[in-house]
Amino acid sequence: MSSFPLLPDQASANAGSIDALFFALVGVSLFFIILITVLLFVFAVRYRRGNRVDREIRRKDNLKLELTWIIIPTLISLGIFVWSSYLYFQGKTPPADAMEIYVTGKQWMWKIQHQRGNREINELHVPLGQPVKLVMTSQDVIHSFFIPAFRIKQDVLPGRYTTEWFTATRVGEYHLFCAEYCGTSHSGMIGRVVVMEPMDFERWLATSGNNETMASSGEQLFRTYGCAACHQEASSSRGPVLAGLAGSAVKLQDGRTVIADRGYLQESINDPGAKIVAGYSPIMPTYRTTLNQEQLNQIVEYLLTMDGGVAATARRN
Amino acid sequence: MSHETAVEGTNYLNNGYSLRSWFLTTDHKRIAILYLFTIVLFFFVGGSFAVLMRLELMSPQGTLVQAETYNKLFTMHGIVMIFFFLIPSIPAVLGNFLIPMMVGARDLAFPRLNLLSWYVFVAGASVTLFALVTGGLDTGWTFYTPFSTSYSNTRVVPAMVGIFITGFSSILTGLNFIVTVHKMRAPGLTWFRLPLFVWSLYATSLVMVLATPVLAITVAMVAFERATGIGIFNPAIGGDPLLFQHLFWFYSHPAVYIMILPAMGVVSEVIATFSRKEVFGYRFVAAASLAIAVYGFLVWGHHMFVSGQSVYAGLVFSILSYLVAIPSAVKVFNWTATLYKGQIWFQTPLLYAFGFIGLFTIGGLTGLFLAAMAVDVHLTDTYFIVAHFHYIMVGGAVMGFMAGIHYWWPKITGRLYPEGWAKFSALVLFVGFNLTFFPQFLLGYLGMPRRYYHYPPEFQVLNVLSTAGASILGVGYLIPLIYLLWSLKRGKVAGANPWGATTLEWQTASPPITQNFPTTPVVTSGSYEFPALEEVHSE
Ligand code: HEC
Ligand SMILES: [Cu+2]
Ligand SMILES: [Cu+2]
Repeated sequence: MSSFPLLPDQASANAGSIDALFFALVGVSLFFIILITVLLFVFAVRYRRGNRVDREIRRKDNLKLELTWIIIPTLISLGIFVWSSYLYFQGKTPPADAMEIYVTGKQWMWKIQHQRGNREINELHVPLGQPVKLVMTSQDVIHSFFIPAFRIKQDVLPGRYTTEWFTATRVGEYHLFCAEYCGTSHSGMIGRVVVMEPMDFERWLATSGNNETMASSGEQLFRTYGCAACHQEASSSRGPVLAGLAGSAVKLQDGRTVIADRGYLQESINDPGAKIVAGYSPIMPTYRTTLNQEQLNQIVEYLLTMDGGVAATARRN
Repeated sequence: MSHETAVEGTNYLNNGYSLRSWFLTTDHKRIAILYLFTIVLFFFVGGSFAVLMRLELMSPQGTLVQAETYNKLFTMHGIVMIFFFLIPSIPAVLGNFLIPMMVGARDLAFPRLNLLSWYVFVAGASVTLFALVTGGLDTGWTFYTPFSTSYSNTRVVPAMVGIFITGFSSILTGLNFIVTVHKMRAPGLTWFRLPLFVWSLYATSLVMVLATPVLAITVAMVAFERATGIGIFNPAIGGDPLLFQHLFWFYSHPAVYIMILPAMGVVSEVIATFSRKEVFGYRFVAAASLAIAVYGFLVWGHHMFVSGQSVYAGLVFSILSYLVAIPSAVKVFNWTATLYKGQIWFQTPLLYAFGFIGLFTIGGLTGLFLAAMAVDVHLTDTYFIVAHFHYIMVGGAVMGFMAGIHYWWPKITGRLYPEGWAKFSALVLFVGFNLTFFPQFLLGYLGMPRRYYHYPPEFQVLNVLSTAGASILGVGYLIPLIYLLWSLKRGKVAGANPWGATTLEWQTASPPITQNFPTTPVVTSGSYEFPALEEVHSE
């Protein structure tokens, strides 16, 4: 038995405000538990059988009392609701300049891809003080990416991207857990988050990478797998032009319009038949079995940066 | 009514000893006894899985069993305790026994349907047990897709079939109660004269009848998908794994109320009888049961704040979850107010009722943490959740069941349980329970995920404490088993109404005659009109 902590580490910008709410809830709970316990004891002792005390009761029911203990708890609840929802939305809205890192869950490991091309397994290196947004998906079942010290958790689903974000505020190593039961080695799907000084992080990026960004790996895959044949600007346009696609509105054959976010891009490659672009025929083959999830992430990342222009980057989300 | 004739005359127990007279009975009281034996058996089966889990968790590295086995243990513990103990516990045993008597009827509306429901229950349980012994199940009692449908290598299909079948016994019981309460009330027994236990079970029955079909559909879909690979929940071919979670919790949140509402009904009866006062705010308490039943259907999404469901849906589910807490709070306040100026008699059922109020309050208040989305993000899927729902289900529902079993034991068996032992074991249970589950709140806040076979060493102290508590808890459950069995032969003869209670079931002999009442009772007042104390207990 090593140490015996009673409070979890507090290592992200939002952790403090979530703990504040947590302890406010502890306070409210203590208040009501003590209130009820004291009343139970006092009444039970004072009005115990055989004890001679005044038991004259004027009224059996008391509407005012009932309303009091309906309205007060309701107001307290609504207060907590507003407070917590505010924090929740804050926790759901990453700053625009957040550094994006891809996470892929699979039975029973976490695979991390940095945009600069570095990859890790069951480890996540991040710089201190910079907002980081995790873009996560699963290769098989549902997992959940949980960093207790940052007070964040988000399920990771097959077939779509979910996100969570944090700003680390303390250098150190923290637990990383899979929190959604995912089979035999669920409890082995753990790792560590390493928070580093920005300088050290830069150095780590430079030394542990292969000098090829995700986007450029994606571009290579785009060529190797023949995407270019149909999607080249100059080609006979059997498929739509993809530059500038990310973030724009796409008209579909069935009349709907969808925004080309990451999820849409991934789906277009995995399951091209699901949403057909208006004016094109459904000739694109599926790449579900050809590309693995990490390659898919690379291509998506490439598509997101495709026209390289500032305008496109702005539309990315 | 004289005490001697109560046990020696004919009653539902000595009215036939053959197996046939038990297994083909349509007497609601005998069916209640059949249920009692069945669920107590399951309680100890489910409990022994828990013992193995707690032993395993004494050390951070696996020692006792393999990871596969551990995963099967928590799955089976959950399934057995929820579907085969908690859901039928109070309704199928105490409800079955008491609802006809409390409304002054001879039996439930459909006695044969009632017998059928027990057979369906046993059939469903057998199929599920078959799945458990021929390989087990490792999906967790929540069966999340696509793990359960496409990845688990265990006995998913037979388990789903078993649960599917079992659901029908719930539906039949609920249906029977609803019709009985509507149609079979004794002359003069108006809705607002009904005992609060009947109100609670009426509300519970509505949930059983409306929610259980959704569970049946959901588990059928899982089995079907697993058998055919049609892909309802499989994103690789256009399905949606989250759909499963919506369907599952649409049943499983209301199911919490199937477990807790009946216990609340017991507590209302016990508090009234042992403080010799009508429950304060009777109509509010009755209405709160219905409010809980209705609201309970609107909050399932609070299990899915981190699942990837829309944040706006989360917002709606969060506020509704706060509102569903209000009627429960109303009940707690009204029970407390009932004691004020009462004549409080400390008998075991009241101790359990106090235990219920305290533990349920903690369970409910920690529910507020989980309804707060920002805090839930950190706490969900950790031991905080495990502690929270055990406070509700064990601290609440099981305490309520214990209160009810002790309270009505004299009525059911004609004998009194030994008071001293009973009080002692109530205390043991209370201490054991808190020692088991309170450390789990801390573990959860520290970040220990649930369903973990290995865990980081810094969590060991709290886990060892929890295991220590569980062993005390185990003793607390074994003592009643022993003294209750002992009391069947040796207990003091109870007499018709040992507690001086006012509801109808106490107006007839203990154990009751097969027809319940010699003549249909006529009701002229509310359920809780206590005469002055001296008149009943002159000794
Ligand atoms: C055989 C030609 C062909 C190939 C090869 C092909 N596509 Fe497509 N692609 C199409 C067509 C046609 C469409 C429009 C119809 C549709 O939505 O399926 C399309 C649509 C798309 C879209 C959605 C475009 C929009 O405007 O919404 C994306 C993204 C995409 N393809 C990416 C890829 C990638 C990445 C590859 C290589 C891995 C690839 N495609 C290979 C023909 C092709
Ligand atoms: Cu996992
Ligand atoms: Cu719920």
